[in-house]
Amino acid sequence: MNRLDLTRTRWTNFLIRNRWPQFLIRAITLAGFIFTILAGLLGSVVGSHNFAIIFVWIAWWTALKLFFIPFGGRSWCSICPIPMPGEWIQNGGILQPRGKNFGLGKRWPKFLRGRWLQAGGFMLVGLFGVITLTSPSVTSIVLLIILLLAFVLALVFERRSFCNYLCPIGGFTGLYAQAAPVEVRVKNPEICSTHAQKSCYEACPWGVYPLALKSSANCGLCMECLRVCPSDNLAVNLRPWGSDLGPETKHSLDEAFLGLVMVSSALMDSAIFLGPWGQLKMAAYAIGTGSWFLFAGLFLVIALMLVPGIYTLAVWIANKLGEQKMNLRKALAHQSQVLVPLGLTAWIAFTISFALAKFSYVLPVVSDPFGWGWNLLGTVAKPWVGQSTLTSMLLQVIVLALGLFWSSRVAIKISGSLKQALPMIVFSAMTMVGMLWLLIG
Amino acid sequence: MMEELLSTQEELNHQSLQTKWRLMVLISQCALLILFLPIPLVTPKPIDRLIHIDATSFQFTPAEIKVNQGDRVTIEFVSTDVVHGISIDGYDFQLTSDPGQPVTGTFVASWPGMFRFRCSVACGNLHPFMIGKLWVGPNLILIRGVLLGILAVVAAIFSLKKSKVLKTGKTS
Repeated sequence: MNRLDLTRTRWTNFLIRNRWPQFLIRAITLAGFIFTILAGLLGSVVGSHNFAIIFVWIAWWTALKLFFIPFGGRSWCSICPIPMPGEWIQNGGILQPRGKNFGLGKRWPKFLRGRWLQAGGFMLVGLFGVITLTSPSVTSIVLLIILLLAFVLALVFERRSFCNYLCPIGGFTGLYAQAAPVEVRVKNPEICSTHAQKSCYEACPWGVYPLALKSSANCGLCMECLRVCPSDNLAVNLRPWGSDLGPETKHSLDEAFLGLVMVSSALMDSAIFLGPWGQLKMAAYAIGTGSWFLFAGLFLVIALMLVPGIYTLAVWIANKLGEQKMNLRKALAHQSQVLVPLGLTAWIAFTISFALAKFSYVLPVVSDPFGWGWNLLGTVAKPWVGQSTLTSMLLQVIVLALGLFWSSRVAIKISGSLKQALPMIVFSAMTMVGMLWLLIG
Repeated sequence: MMEELLSTQEELNHQSLQTKWRLMVLISQCALLILFLPIPLVTPKPIDRLIHIDATSFQFTPAEIKVNQGDRVTIEFVSTDVVHGISIDGYDFQLTSDPGQPVTGTFVASWPGMFRFRCSVACGNLHPFMIGKLWVGPNLILIRGVLLGILAVVAAIFSLKKSKVLKTGKTS
């Protein structure tokens, strides 16, 4: 398929190769991150008046799902401030390429590799989501723990172990980056195979060897490989959406698990935050009480048993209908590609309903970030009560239908026949109807 | 001979591209019809309705209300703990109640569909999620959504029908 290499244009090539533009953006995001932690700890306890809640859960979380991932894959990871302090220590400087400096540089334990911990982390976010999304201090404490954890792990383990194996947002962006229209790839594989030094691999904070890169899930778009390649043999391509999904690409069971957790979380969050069930919201909020344990049980049953159970049944039937049988474990991993467009569009539809209705809170908190009665920019006004308009509902219908179209195409492409793809199409349709019912039903 | 083969191949590619475009235009037209085609519905004769809604942190009771299009709806709204408000998406309707003080307001349910009603007075941490649902007449947008989903599946099948994918299982 067609690709447009951004390194061929002079100014994009400069922006990509030069460490300064990226560093400046990351410095701003790091400052914003620390400011958010302070606002959450010191500012108003009312979430809608606090910068931490509005900027993390309305502005950033929305931008990630509506802009960064669909158009840039893991582009957020390339400017994420969380690994910065640890990486400075690892590299022995702020603008240094990766090298052997401070830190133990141990390899991440083999039994903890894969996306299992990221999926578990995302489930924890779901289980404690209502309190995290509404309490500024809890949001700040979570951000602080993440920042410290990434720093400590950078001192013990090599490269970006936290991002690769623990960060729930890394799992989220990595999974859906496979559908995104950006990739880093080698231009000419023969040049790489004759280059013994492998400087790109040595420089990569993600531990990726570009020549072996087949999926964008593990590439954080940091551009370090481009900066150190002596042969100018790396391209940053714009590509058609969903290029990493197809019959030839390799996928693993942990990806399937992560994809299922994401789909389940989109369904659960739609029910909790946008549904009319007050008791469900109260149960999710009252952590430690009997009703919360009931909620947690329900959440886990849906995320670990119900949705994976239906998925497994669909894959099993699809496998039976196929001419070439593969073992169930392989089939579960292979068919997980269907979950990528399905989950991404489910999250986009949820975000349209959830965040756009609350966007009026953004400008007031910019003017009064701590909720102390300031009006720095003159934009503090009583925010209007957010509404789901007919336009936003139509948009959600269209996004979910596009998701079903896309996931059905992926199902057909990766299956041997239409008959074999049908169970996965039915699974996708069930998820789409579930989301429709929760969002506009 | 080679040139002839190449030109035949080019012609085939051109025809396949044309078919793809035609299919895309047809599907887009069908999608627009599904989304916007007016559906004539027999609506029951409008009536006056009185609905009592209690607001307690952080839920409305009842939280799900169904009326017919054209009904004149009077809401009797009372908060049972702190100050709560109620506003309905898409309707110019808003009430605020102090604890134990009922207030009433009336609106005509002119627009069909599903509308969320929300607490309009900051009442605590879960205030942004204090939501109920009002259905006016049948939920046409949900029906349109399901039909669009069916079209999406049909479109996905047809878009790959002539490609190698369905024949060999490999991407074309």
